Amino acid sequence: MNTIRALSGVVIKELYRRKDFYVLFVLTAVITLVAGMHRFFNDPNIVRYAKDLCMLLVWISALVIAIATAARQIPVERENRTIFPLLAKPVTRWQVVLGKFMGSWLATGVALLVFYIFFGLATGSREEISRWQVYFQAFWLQWVMLGVVVAMTLLGSVVFSAPSANVTICFIVIAGILFLGGHLNVVALRNPEPVQSIIYTIYYLIPHLEWFDLRDRLIHGWGGVGWLDCGLATLYAAAYAWLVLLLTWLVFRRKSL
Amino acid sequence: MKASPYWIPALLVAVCFTLAVTLELRNGNPAGRSQSNNAFKLLFGEGQQLFANEFYVMGDVYFHSGYYPSIFDRQEGQSDVLTAARGQSDNDEDTTNVDFFGAPKDWVGRFGSHFRVNQHTHLDQGAEAQEILPWLRLAADTNPQMVETYIVAAYWLRRSVHNPKEAEAFLREGLRNNPGNYEILFALGQIYNEDYHDTVRARNVWTAALQRWQAQSDDAKKSVENRRLYDAILVELAYLEESAGNGSQAIQYFEIAKPVSLNPNDIQKLIDEARQKLTGQSPASNAPPR
Repeated sequence: MNTIRALSGVVIKELYRRKDFYVLFVLTAVITLVAGMHRFFNDPNIVRYAKDLCMLLVWISALVIAIATAARQIPVERENRTIFPLLAKPVTRWQVVLGKFMGSWLATGVALLVFYIFFGLATGSREEISRWQVYFQAFWLQWVMLGVVVAMTLLGSVVFSAPSANVTICFIVIAGILFLGGHLNVVALRNPEPVQSIIYTIYYLIPHLEWFDLRDRLIHGWGGVGWLDCGLATLYAAAYAWLVLLLTWLVFRRKSL
Repeated sequence: MKASPYWIPALLVAVCFTLAVTLELRNGNPAGRSQSNNAFKLLFGEGQQLFANEFYVMGDVYFHSGYYPSIFDRQEGQSDVLTAARGQSDNDEDTTNVDFFGAPKDWVGRFGSHFRVNQHTHLDQGAEAQEILPWLRLAADTNPQMVETYIVAAYWLRRSVHNPKEAEAFLREGLRNNPGNYEILFALGQIYNEDYHDTVRARNVWTAALQRWQAQSDDAKKSVENRRLYDAILVELAYLEESAGNGSQAIQYFEIAKPVSLNPNDIQKLIDEARQKLTGQSPASNAPPR
């Protein structure tokens, strides 16, 4: 456990040494503030478009941070040849995978928390925040979802040859799941066999990341989801993350360094 | 020779300035040039209409507080936000009962439905309808020829924000971009009549709307929306004349409206009532045989 904690600590430190987070946060803050200051039809009570824009930027930024952080962990260790002293400690490959995952996930969580605090402050300056439950749930479910994203990116980093290829493919796959994942069943039904079965299989195999998007509830002032649903979604994401991490370890343990 | 690092920001500033001046010159609005040549058009060309449609749809999404079908779900025939603005949803429950998503097809859909907004509501049930306005403003900026944006925005500015001045200004902007558009003229007349109680200007604007409607091609006149609008212009004009004491003029407008109206029986009732008021007799004794 100490080994995993030490490995993840390095990843978290790396986040605040690199400029990615700061650039994305400043961009999000500036765009949100400029959008929030603009008055449409001289009405100071219009706020949802600014909240919408801010949450969109938070989602994009969080995905960029999660994927970019996770994608470079193992390739950089190999490239710098620091993987050899690391594995000679002795640290097992499973611990490396788990440590890198925990570090990337926690680092993404810290960044996400900062983004949500900013979102809360920006929203609070224009309207009263009464439904804290949905704020917490939106943050939690997004963070849990990012756990799956981090795990998938780590798997990509041991499969693909270059981090750039991994980042691009991960972005395409995750954006595809977020936009189309929930509708693949409808697409499947409109196709003949065997395409229908193939699409349906993909539908059941992919992690349904779109569940974890509570932006509409947050923006339009709806209440939170049930705690049981929240818990089940967390278990679902945890199961996927573990499964993908296991696959990552299986590939990584057979990989020559 | 090694260049000083200070040249880089200087070069960037020069590039920015050149670009800004170039865009400004190309985007300038000298007299006689259409307002629609805005930065969006310059950047996206005809592709701006795509953005305008998206922004307009976003207005409808906000009208539904996030409860909205994707391209894979059941679609609306006409956006509810426009239906409301055109006064075609007297019974609001009819549209809020519509389930865009239908019954979930499997456990993934069933569980996923717990997370998305799953109640069909309209913002006009509360006082938050102004939230749709930024998207309509953006839609009008990206495609100034999209008439619905002006109509819908003006309606909600009057109804929800109670700001007829902004509504009038926006409609006038729409009229500059779409000269002589009868739908915009009709909406403008409603502001003069209902908000400013300026019947003279309302009459002038509605008369202009009527002339513009009649000037269009015969094919265009046949569409249901156009007939509904024609009916509305004539009925509003008739009411205006009736309240001004010009009963015979009011009947004339009703008579013109009757053959094109989607509800000719209702128009006939209005004609009967107007005749009754004009003659001071009961409609039963004065009504024409059916």
